[in-house]
Amino acid sequence: MSFVARIARPTVAAARGVNTAAALRSKHTLPALAYDYGELEPSIAGQIMEIHHTKHHQTYVNSLNEAEEKFAAAQHANDVKAQIALQPALKFHGGGHLNHTLFWENLAPKKLGGGEPPSGELAAAINEQWGSFDGFKKTFNGYLAGIQGSGWSWLVKDTETNKLQIISLPNQDPVVGKYKPIIGVDAWEHAYYLQYQNRKVEYFQAIWEVINWKTGEKRFKA
Amino acid sequence: MQLLSSLLFAQLPSLIANLTSPTAASTVTATAPAMATHTFTLPPLPYEYNALEPHISEQIMKLHHDKHHQAYVTNLNAATASQSEAFKNNDVKAEIALQSAIKFHGGGHINHSLFWPSLCPSSSPCSSPSSAPSFVAAIESQYGSLDTFKDAYNKLLMGIQGSGWGWIVKRNGRIEMEVTKDQDPITTGEVVLGVDMWEHAYYLQYWNDKAAYIKGVWEVINWETAEKRWGGKKVGDVRV
Ligand SMILES: [Fe+2]
Ligand SMILES: [Fe+2]
Repeated sequence: MSFVARIARPTVAAARGVNTAAALRSKHTLPALAYDYGELEPSIAGQIMEIHHTKHHQTYVNSLNEAEEKFAAAQHANDVKAQIALQPALKFHGGGHLNHTLFWENLAPKKLGGGEPPSGELAAAINEQWGSFDGFKKTFNGYLAGIQGSGWSWLVKDTETNKLQIISLPNQDPVVGKYKPIIGVDAWEHAYYLQYQNRKVEYFQAIWEVINWKTGEKRFKA
Repeated sequence: MQLLSSLLFAQLPSLIANLTSPTAASTVTATAPAMATHTFTLPPLPYEYNALEPHISEQIMKLHHDKHHQAYVTNLNAATASQSEAFKNNDVKAEIALQSAIKFHGGGHINHSLFWPSLCPSSSPCSSPSSAPSFVAAIESQYGSLDTFKDAYNKLLMGIQGSGWGWIVKRNGRIEMEVTKDQDPITTGEVVLGVDMWEHAYYLQYWNDKAAYIKGVWEVINWETAEKRWGGKKVGDVRV
């Protein structure tokens, strides 16, 4: 027990010359899904979910931990240049971890409410902004289809105006600043290619069957 | 008509290069009437769809060429048609609004047209570096060895974040490596080799294993093409 604890705790990191505060920071881990890989079928194939979660998301988590470890060492060494050089890796892998974590949470199998339209305040805000839920989905799908390369589209709340908005962000850029993420859709090719190949519009249509609007409502209120 | 078409054909890469430069863009506007009618077409693959097996599967090649590249051609034609309409109407706003579509789909057409002849079957002599004596000599004098050059290129390709391409470009007689994001094309120097690092280029066969895809690509690199391009010949160039 104490052996295991020692491996996981500061001793090892301290031995590598990392300062204590940084070493105490716990590592990021891959979050478990609240549903089985196959449960989003037929919208998203079980094989896609498994590779997406265990390979792609896991790689973002591993690379983020690596980048943070290097960053802590650079801080300890007072090496500002190295800290700046690590920013793109932190943004890319940190963004990948944040985005996928939000994505899994805003998906759900039909039996757990996936695809059930939003209700309450969120539904009212959507109707106010886009006229109807269908109007919203149509606009959102236009954003998804318009992504040139890899990226995500998000329904966000602008915390300055309290209004809803749709935005697209390239690669793994996360939603930060004045925007609060409500619902996100991964438009990287790895998110659909094994099932839909180049027919991404079909993926964008099918995804709405498994969007978890209960999660969206919680994020909207928070 | 024929003359006008070839004029436009010659202008696509510079048109894209000019998108970032407002001064040059006005030159393009001045030649607008020439832009009316050219239709870009999908170039045939210089080998069979299954010719790159087992390194790149037939299914990938079919989808990549017939669907992805075709879509870039189709969308480029639509965008240039709208643009010539905008030119005719002196609608500068519409011209500007179309720039991103022309850059993306025009770049997609340029890049894939360069990519297909950058590859060849691993059973053929073209896939051997011995088919590129002068290019390999340049590699050795600049990088020390072919392996060092390959390591540097692998590192470049593996480091691409998101969709993009890794290129070997000849500039001022030297080899340069460069990444372009999404479908941004190379607009200065001459492309010698290019590798598509979009997920659609490998996903059906390699999933998330980019390193294995890159290893496979080395088996089907077309050194004959590289040698020709290094010597100043155009291969797969949209201007030709
Ligand atoms: Fe993803
Ligand atoms: Fe491609």
